Amino acid sequence: MSYLIPTTLEDALDALSGPVPVAVIAGGTDWFPAQGERAYGGTLLDVTRVAGLRGITPHHDGWRIGAATTWSDVLHADLPRAFDGLKQAAREVGSVQIQNAGTVAGNLCNASPAADGVPPLLCLDTEVELSSLRGVRRVALGAFIAGVRQTLRAPDELVTALYIPPLPAGARGGFTKIGGRKYLVISVAMVGAVLELSSGRIASARVAVGAASPVAQRLEVLEQALVGADLAGALDQVTPARLSTLSPISDVRGSAEYRGEAVAEAIRRTLKLIMEGPSHG
Amino acid sequence: MDKVATSQVTGFTLNNAPVQVAARPGERLSQALRERLGARDVKIGCNAGDCGACTVLVDGAPVCACLMPVQQAAGRRVETLAGLAQGDPDALRLKESFQHHQAAQCGICTPGMMVSAVALLRAEPQPDVAQVQDALGGVLCRCTGYRKIIDAVVGAHAADTLQEAAQELGAPARRFDGKAKVEGRDLFGDDVAPEGALVARVIRSPYPHARFSFGDLSAFAARAGVEAVLTAADVKGLNAYGVIPGFIDQPVFAVDTVLFRGEAVACVVGDAETMLALDPADFPVSWEPLDALMTVPQALAEGAPLLHSDRPGNIMCGGFVACGDAEAALAAADVVVDGFYETSFVEHAYIEPEAGWAEVVEGRVVVQACTQATGMDRETLAQVLGIDRADIRILPTAVGGGFGSKIDVSVQPFLALAALRTGRAVRMCYTRVESMQSTTKRHPARIDIRVGAKADGTLAGLSFHGDFNTGSYASWGPTVANRVPVHASGPYFIRDYRAQSRAVHTHCPPSGAFRGFGVPQSAIAQETAFDVLADRLGMDPLEFRLKNALRDGQPTVCGQVFEQGVGIHACLEALKPAYQAAKRACAVFNAENDGVRRGVGVAGGWYGCGNTSLPNPSTFKAGLRPDGTLVLHQGAMDIGQGSNTVIVQIFARAFGVPVADVTVLGADTDITPDAGKTSASRQTFVSGNAARLTGEALRAHVLQLANASDGAEIILNDGHLHVRDADRVQHVDLSRLEADPEGYALKAVKTYDPPVAPMDGNGQGVPYAQFGYAAHLCVAEIDLKLGQVTPVSFTAAHDVGRAINPLLVEGQVQGGIAQGLGMALMEEFIPGRTENLHDYLIPTIGDVPPIETLILEIEDAHGPYGAKGLGEHVLIPTAPAIFNAVYNATGVRLMHAPATPARVRAALKEAGYA
Repeated sequence: MSYLIPTTLEDALDALSGPVPVAVIAGGTDWFPAQGERAYGGTLLDVTRVAGLRGITPHHDGWRIGAATTWSDVLHADLPRAFDGLKQAAREVGSVQIQNAGTVAGNLCNASPAADGVPPLLCLDTEVELSSLRGVRRVALGAFIAGVRQTLRAPDELVTALYIPPLPAGARGGFTKIGGRKYLVISVAMVGAVLELSSGRIASARVAVGAASPVAQRLEVLEQALVGADLAGALDQVTPARLSTLSPISDVRGSAEYRGEAVAEAIRRTLKLIMEGPSHG
Repeated sequence: MDKVATSQVTGFTLNNAPVQVAARPGERLSQALRERLGARDVKIGCNAGDCGACTVLVDGAPVCACLMPVQQAAGRRVETLAGLAQGDPDALRLKESFQHHQAAQCGICTPGMMVSAVALLRAEPQPDVAQVQDALGGVLCRCTGYRKIIDAVVGAHAADTLQEAAQELGAPARRFDGKAKVEGRDLFGDDVAPEGALVARVIRSPYPHARFSFGDLSAFAARAGVEAVLTAADVKGLNAYGVIPGFIDQPVFAVDTVLFRGEAVACVVGDAETMLALDPADFPVSWEPLDALMTVPQALAEGAPLLHSDRPGNIMCGGFVACGDAEAALAAADVVVDGFYETSFVEHAYIEPEAGWAEVVEGRVVVQACTQATGMDRETLAQVLGIDRADIRILPTAVGGGFGSKIDVSVQPFLALAALRTGRAVRMCYTRVESMQSTTKRHPARIDIRVGAKADGTLAGLSFHGDFNTGSYASWGPTVANRVPVHASGPYFIRDYRAQSRAVHTHCPPSGAFRGFGVPQSAIAQETAFDVLADRLGMDPLEFRLKNALRDGQPTVCGQVFEQGVGIHACLEALKPAYQAAKRACAVFNAENDGVRRGVGVAGGWYGCGNTSLPNPSTFKAGLRPDGTLVLHQGAMDIGQGSNTVIVQIFARAFGVPVADVTVLGADTDITPDAGKTSASRQTFVSGNAARLTGEALRAHVLQLANASDGAEIILNDGHLHVRDADRVQHVDLSRLEADPEGYALKAVKTYDPPVAPMDGNGQGVPYAQFGYAAHLCVAEIDLKLGQVTPVSFTAAHDVGRAINPLLVEGQVQGGIAQGLGMALMEEFIPGRTENLHDYLIPTIGDVPPIETLILEIEDAHGPYGAKGLGEHVLIPTAPAIFNAVYNATGVRLMHAPATPARVRAALKEAGYA
């Protein structure tokens, strides 16, 4: 029973590769609620002071987001418009209190189907960097989250960074969250999108949906159908058939039927938001 | 830093002072601050980041202290309200502004709100409303409705220009107990236990219905750090509690069988560290789950097993009111509207979970906890412990919201039993999940209603049947059953009426008292049916209500006639300007927008103050000490609503001195007479009258001594008592009078009990001495594709008889509307599924729109200075006003609360919306 606060990655990875199980904690915003009221009796590895783990930096014409970067860091970073959806999602993660503590990688490792950060990161073609004493590997975000509360992270691995490949020039992002109240709310469904526009038409599209399947997913069939469309055409392309890979469930936040409809509407609104700019009213 | 933090000591700066703390690895910062560093101004509401009460600044950034390991604060700067309130310039401004606007009611969320606001003001000294909402969106408040908090933060920059209002009766005085709340000094249920107190934890059923048996309890009790294990066998008195004679049916500890998920079967007492590590799953109890009846139809089904063998059909009790011939009137009506309505369990969701501590002092049991009902707590403990009432002292703490649920006992029996058993101080604080699982809820209702009218718009017959899911034990279910038929007519003149209610047992948590006792549910059915009726008649819904509004001299459905003070007509009239403006604005909006529609809805409401046809006394005591100190023994529990302020304003007026001359003691059952429970909107009315009578009696003593006339002026100055009568000023030397054993030279004790009379078999009689009246107007926007209903504004007209304190009136109105909004649109407690504050949603600061309060003063014959009760009236018209706005906008009649987006969208589709 101890609390480890390493300042170097090597020490952090060393701690993870020992014989004793170690729980990783960063912002704590998911860890404590999962732990419940009972005092924790094991060993905790706090990664918030590991050098190089926090911050957003340009990287090979793309971007690197340190694993312990908080949602407030995302919100205040100077980033191209393709990241607008990620920033909009950052504002929707819990509350200011949660955004000040909660980290981007924590949101991914928690692997909730309703994680607000996942759809916009999927739309940025994010890769997850996993480090261990065995080495470093990168996994596509869509593969990294393997199921509800399941990831590909091995017990001795630490998520160290997210990598976002170069983005099409002029790409714009957007995000729409549907929830039961204004703040502090778990999504009924949410949609992220990144569009490359040319003369009012979509040159390329990436659309991802969360909380409507065990793992948030990109809608590739829809993305292809959107290419070449203007706004009116794009809205028409959002058909049930192109959403068929989703599997919305009924729960306390809404019925499966409602989720399905809300997703389609949220996609249309996200497309509109990106192609028209923020609406008034 | 070393890769392994072998040192258990964490150092950081707390409110500008260096501190060191030896905490467990991964201990929550909130826990360390409160329990190791004494920072009890950091409040814990959920331990999950859902409520924000524990917000502190770490290096200037607001975070939830419950979600940060204390070790993460090493070397950093931590600020809490108590520290900020000492000298931070933004906090000083907020202190003034919060008090000026009454942004703190109960005060439990205030530290989280103010700390968040300090961070905002440091970055943005003059924020707008949207910025305040974004910055404070992570802190929940259940009392204020948030608008006063927004006003306080938006206006904080100009705090030094605020003029403090007068304190006398009728003035919008600041709360007299407000300063401690904005400085983080107010002490709530979990803030008062002495260091080293043992901790008690209840073992609860994970099943809604199960048989159980214990394993080796003595082996468990022998574990290191465990001091005692309590079960039903340890209850020396009656292993049952309740609130209504004849319905004392809930065991302190279940015996053999549990009837709801969360029911207590045992209690473990031990040292704090042991209890924190305790896994309830280790407790030696084995369960045999049984089939559970979770809904009213299941419980009423032919052959359904009985929860209580002496309550056939699972029907606990019912209520009935009839006058005239409802069926005949409906048959003769020109238009009849019927409908079936459903509502859901609603959770009180006060931000302060139940908490307190107990000890045995010189053979007497002292329980200090948050409560709405000190006298009833003492009564219950006397029965459970099998000891005399005189051997029990109930010393309430500040109460972080109650809304009805803290009338019933929660922690008190466990604490008292544990203190008696161990002979030591014992504390406990419910977890949020435990609080939500085990304490009372608002009754879900299933209502069939039929209302008729003549072609000219005159109401012609109303028939009402409501089944209320009363859960596993009685609590206040009988009161709900009684109140609903009396109120289900709404404040309208109806000659032919028949209303029946039943309280039905299920394997759900006990339903009990919740602001309005069933009336908010019945008002949804009646007030929305009225709009459909008006629509079919081709009448404007407001005009329809005005035409039928009860008037002075007209009998209620109980045959009760008020010759004065029937204020519903005035409330509805008062809405007219806002109503006309809203109709025009909605028309313009709808012409300009697609996909969203706005509508305006109105609804009326009434509520009888005090117990229904039962005695409901309140007693006050006041005295003058030989040194000239004027003392009021104030036993009415202030749970945020403001009786610490209003009662004193009334007493000071009655005695005839400024408020500042009054020293207030209590509440404390050892020194305050029983003022009765804080419920039924009775404190201003009933206790206000008792305080008035006490003040008048003491005044009469003084005037008699001075041989002065009734109109004389009493002057208390530096301990000197003078009476000025016309030109004559006389000194009354109190020190020459012999003080009584309590130390008073002069004393008065007075009781007020509202004049009511029993109702007969048809509910005819005098259920209440007074009613208060209300009418709400809501403009709501409906997102047709997403089914989201967003209230845009409210206008609330309330007849309060006499506004003792208009600032507190506004606070009650706004807070009630927020709860009504939650009930209408999002709140649905589902046992086993929404037992936390992220699955169970209450409105946030972004969900409550601007509220205009119109205060009407139509004097009541009995109320102190004409005042009427208010606390519960404020949410009765809210939900139906919202639903009527949706009906006005879309033609869709909402009949299931909460009207979640999924339900609204389904209703819109059924009505043909694409």
